[in-house]
Amino acid sequence: MHVEKQRPAGSALMHFLYLIFIDPFVQMAQAPDLLAQTLWEGLVSGMLYALIALGFVLIFKASGVFNFAQGIMVVFAALTLVGLYEAGVPAFLALALAIVVMFILAFVVERSVLRPLVGQPDIILFMATFGITYFLIGFGEIVFGGDPKVMITAPLYLPKGAITYHTLGGMVQLQKIDIAAAVIASLMVAGLAIFFSRTRIGRALRAVADSHEAALSVGISLEQIWVIVWFAAGLVALVTGIFWGARSDVSFALEVIALKALPVLILGGFTSIPGAIVGGLIIGLGEKIVEFYWGPLVGGGTDAWFAYVIALLFLLFRPQGLFGERIIERI
Amino acid sequence: MNLTADSQDQIRVPSIAQGERILSVNNIEVIYNRVILVLKGVSLEVTRGGIVALLGANGAGKTTTLKAISNLLQAGRGEVTKGTIEFEGQQVQHLSPNELVRRGCIQVMEGRMCFGHLTIEENLLTGAFTRRDGQAAIKADIEKVYAYFPRLRERRASLAGYTSGGEQQMCAIGRALMSKPKMILLDEPSMGLAPQVVEEIFEIVRDLNAREGVSFLLAEQNTNMALRYARYGYILENGRVVMDGDAQALSQNADVKEFYLGVAEGKRKSFREGKHYRRRKRWLA
Repeated sequence: MHVEKQRPAGSALMHFLYLIFIDPFVQMAQAPDLLAQTLWEGLVSGMLYALIALGFVLIFKASGVFNFAQGIMVVFAALTLVGLYEAGVPAFLALALAIVVMFILAFVVERSVLRPLVGQPDIILFMATFGITYFLIGFGEIVFGGDPKVMITAPLYLPKGAITYHTLGGMVQLQKIDIAAAVIASLMVAGLAIFFSRTRIGRALRAVADSHEAALSVGISLEQIWVIVWFAAGLVALVTGIFWGARSDVSFALEVIALKALPVLILGGFTSIPGAIVGGLIIGLGEKIVEFYWGPLVGGGTDAWFAYVIALLFLLFRPQGLFGERIIERI
Repeated sequence: MNLTADSQDQIRVPSIAQGERILSVNNIEVIYNRVILVLKGVSLEVTRGGIVALLGANGAGKTTTLKAISNLLQAGRGEVTKGTIEFEGQQVQHLSPNELVRRGCIQVMEGRMCFGHLTIEENLLTGAFTRRDGQAAIKADIEKVYAYFPRLRERRASLAGYTSGGEQQMCAIGRALMSKPKMILLDEPSMGLAPQVVEEIFEIVRDLNAREGVSFLLAEQNTNMALRYARYGYILENGRVVMDGDAQALSQNADVKEFYLGVAEGKRKSFREGKHYRRRKRWLA
């Protein structure tokens, strides 16, 4: 395919505008296979952002706590899985034990952090999650060592390699593990959605999200609900850790991905599960496309800040996010 | 206003096992934030199958008393520091609200506090959280609640946040009923509602009391209304019970008439006399 490039007449400004507003689209049209590849990459990383954000949303909805420790929970879950496997535990037993560890973590957090701080201002609970973060970093390093580890994939029967499609006048490569991640993540989200809308505990979770005090007054046990949501967030963290770890490696550096979840949450709304998913996908897609087509204009590295600029715009114009809780107010 | 005729209604309220106490509060003291003394020794009793009114002005300690009984104080950083609370003969001040609901004592909080983002029916279902007797029994009880509150059936699929104040109050009472309570602590059911709706809700309370045998402890500022439906009343002032007695006796007491019912004896009193009166009333404590 050949598109006639129209040179703007002379002016540097016109050329600059051309580079920003027209050239990237020309490139997209010229190489649709590259566009498709970029979109796919964007969707995959967006999905991982969405998973992290999902962990935040679960806890924020049920306890009003912005859980700074969600990032380290991802690392801790993945480390537990790999660490147990390296210690000679069979892969699936290690997976089961990692799930048990996440449950114990939820239980301990509820007992030692949330329960003593009931009724304290939100900011104090937020600071407490910093404490959990640093505790988990230290504890994780003592138990598993500080070296990066390689995520186990083959023993868990996660596929390897890539599928290559020769289409769109070129080729598009899809990593099989990314496809597996997409399938498992969708199943998990669907499971959570059904759990929330249909079950007795799910209803109680939504009730707690609406009003702690009213939930207490009808006999809903906040302690029980908190353990359940922290456990759910732990499971989400484990799944995120497995797939993120398979893309890079498992190390404490992963903890900073928690910060990437922040723009996702601002975009999607802190209390909306669909918001977390759509927000994650938008940020992932946007990041990759901007980096690929517009990045060269500013010397690359846009993916470090693009998400935050989007978040800033949202804070200015739609602070409740795309799918934030409908604010019900009777007048 | 003819209070005597109204209070004669009381005689028709049927009673179940008159005399046996379901709840007794003995000389409790409540402190918020470790420094603010709110209740300075409140004692009261509710007989099984009774309706007892807890009266008093803003800030007298009505809500705090109810929350102390249902153990919701902790969430508001309050604490019972002295005295005991007995429900069905057992001390309950150390139980969690969850356990208390399981035993049959539930609070309907001031300002309704329905779950706005849940539908009316889902709200009712949350009330059955502590129950373990199966879907069929819960379903049957939802029908029973709809029979008491037909308007809730019409609005069953609407989000509670979009329903009217009266409907929310009905939803809150219905939700409490779903826990199969023996006793409901009802906090200010008349708040912000039209007089007709208040009447409707009090009629249902009386009905529930008569037909389901639910005992009520009713905190109200609407003294006139509360004394018409209750059998016994306590008047709180500044965290103390300053007066108690049969509803009928209270509604005829000159001080209560003056201060809470707004009916003066004889000619209108001047503000100066009012002050004097207020001072004298304090001595009743």
